[in-house]
Amino acid sequence: MTTNATSIKAEKENKQNDLIVVRMEHLNKSFGNNHVLQDINLVMNKGENLVILGKSGTGKSVLIKSIVGLVEIDEGKLFILGQNISQLNDNELIEIRKKIGFLFQSAALYDSMTVRENLEFPLRRQLHTIPKDEMNSLVKEALLNVGLAETIDLWPSELSGGMRKRLGLARTLILKPEIMLYDEPTTGLDPITSKEISHLILEVQKKYNTSSIIITHDIACAKLIANRIIVLKDGICAAEGSYGDLKDSADAWTRSFFE
Amino acid sequence: MENTILENSPNEHLEAETIPESFSEPISDSVFNKFFLEVASLTSFTWRFFKEVFKPPYEFNELMKQSFLIGYKSLPLIGITGFIIGLVLTIQSRPTLAKFGAESWLPAMVAVSIIREIGPVITALIFAGKVGSGIGAELASMNVTEQIDAMQVSCTNPFKYLVVTRVLSATIMLPILIIFSDAIGLLGSFVGVNLKGNVSTYLFFSQIFQSLEFGDLAPAFIKTIFFGFAIGLIGSFKGYNSYKGTEGVGKAANSAVVFASLMVFIIDMIAVQITSLFQN
Repeated sequence: MTTNATSIKAEKENKQNDLIVVRMEHLNKSFGNNHVLQDINLVMNKGENLVILGKSGTGKSVLIKSIVGLVEIDEGKLFILGQNISQLNDNELIEIRKKIGFLFQSAALYDSMTVRENLEFPLRRQLHTIPKDEMNSLVKEALLNVGLAETIDLWPSELSGGMRKRLGLARTLILKPEIMLYDEPTTGLDPITSKEISHLILEVQKKYNTSSIIITHDIACAKLIANRIIVLKDGICAAEGSYGDLKDSADAWTRSFFE
Repeated sequence: MENTILENSPNEHLEAETIPESFSEPISDSVFNKFFLEVASLTSFTWRFFKEVFKPPYEFNELMKQSFLIGYKSLPLIGITGFIIGLVLTIQSRPTLAKFGAESWLPAMVAVSIIREIGPVITALIFAGKVGSGIGAELASMNVTEQIDAMQVSCTNPFKYLVVTRVLSATIMLPILIIFSDAIGLLGSFVGVNLKGNVSTYLFFSQIFQSLEFGDLAPAFIKTIFFGFAIGLIGSFKGYNSYKGTEGVGKAANSAVVFASLMVFIIDMIAVQITSLFQN
C-alpha cells in the first residue's frame, strides 16, 4: 500500500513538473555593488501568461534575459522545460533557445535586411536545409498572422513603431516557440496600437499554446493578458496574484501600480 | 575610491570604466587603468577572433556580402584619391627634379614612392575612415538596438557572424584595393607627366617597371594585409564593445578611426624597420 501511495505521489509530482515550463530558485544577479535580482523564486506554468510589473531598474529585463542566457546568473537555479540551464553545454543551450522566443523592447529588427530577410534569418539559422518554397510560405504566413503581409519587401526603417513591434513578434513566432518572452511590448506605442499588440499576444497564446512572460508598465495590457502578475521591487518579488487580487491589495505600494 | 560602472556587452563580457570620484585622485591613475583595460580587452578580443575563425560553421555567405560592401563599394573613393595622389605627387616633384636636371627620373621616383609608401598608407587611412568607422558605427548601433542580442537568441554566434566576417573581409579587400589604388595613382602620374611634357605610355610604364624590384613590391603588399586586419579588428572591437546609448555609437565610430589610423602608422613603422633589416 505504501509503495503504491509513494508511486502515485511521485507520478503526481512528475505531472506537476511537466506543467512547469520555467522555474527559478533563489536567483541572484549583481552588477558590481548593484544587486539587481535578490533571491528570486518564480514558477511559470504551461500555457500561462505571466506578467511582471515593477518600476524601471528593478531587474525585470535582467530576469527574462537570464532565461535565454543573455545574462549569466550569479547564484541560484534556473530550470527551463525541466532542464537546469547552468548544467547545459553550448549545444544543449542552443537546443533550449530554439524553444524560446524573445520580443525585444526595441523589436531589434536587423536594419540591414528587408522584412522578408528579417523573417528568413531565424529560419536559415535554425532549419539549415529548409527548401525555398517552404521558407516563402512560412514567411508569408508569419506576416499574415500579424497583419503585415503587404510589407514583405520593405525595409524596417520604412515601418512605424507598431509595425516594427508586430514584425518583431512575427520573426519570433516563425519558429513556433514553446515559451515567449516579451520585454515591454507596448512601450512607446499609442493606446490603440498597444491594445492591438496586447490582443496579438493573447491570440499567440491561444493559437500556439505558448507560455509567456510579459514585462510591462502598461496596466491596461496587463489587465487584458495576465493570468498571473508578479510585482518586482528592488530585485525582490514584492507581490504575486491575479489582477483583481493585486488591485485590491492591502499593500499601498502594490496598489499604487493599478491606480 | 572609485565608482565602477559595469555594463553588460553582447558577449557577456563585463567591462569596467573607472571614473575618479574626485579631482583629488590623480588623473594619471585613471588614464593608465583605462589604457591597460583597453589593451587587455583588445588582446582578449583578438584571441577570440583567432579561436572563432577556424571553428566551423563558416559564415561564407556573410563573408562574401561583407567583401562586396567593404571592397567593391570602396572602389570609387579609393580610385579618385589614388588618381589625385599620383597626379599631385608628380606635379609637386617635377620642379625639384628639374632643378637637378633629373626630370626623366620622375616616373621612377613617383612609382617607388606610391608603391612602397604613399599608396598603401594613404589608402589605408582612407579605408580606416570609411570602413573602420562604418564597422564601428554599424556594430555599435546593432548593440544599442539589441540586434546583437536578437542574433544570439536566434542561435547565431554574433561574434562569428559579425566580427569574424568583417575582419576577414577587411584583411582580404584592403590589399586588393591598394593594388587598384596604386595602378590608378600611376595613371594619375602619367597624366601629370604629360601636362607639361610628352611622354608615351610605353616609355612611362617601361621606366616604372625598370625601377621597381621585388623588394619594393613584396613588403609593401605584405604590410597592407596587416593594415586591413588592424582596421577591421579595431572597428569591430570598438563597435562590438560600445557602451549602450546613442552616444556610444558616435564614440565607437570616432575612436575606431583614430585608433585604426594610429595602428596603420605603427604597423608601417614596424614594417619599414623589418624591411630595412633585410635590405641591409
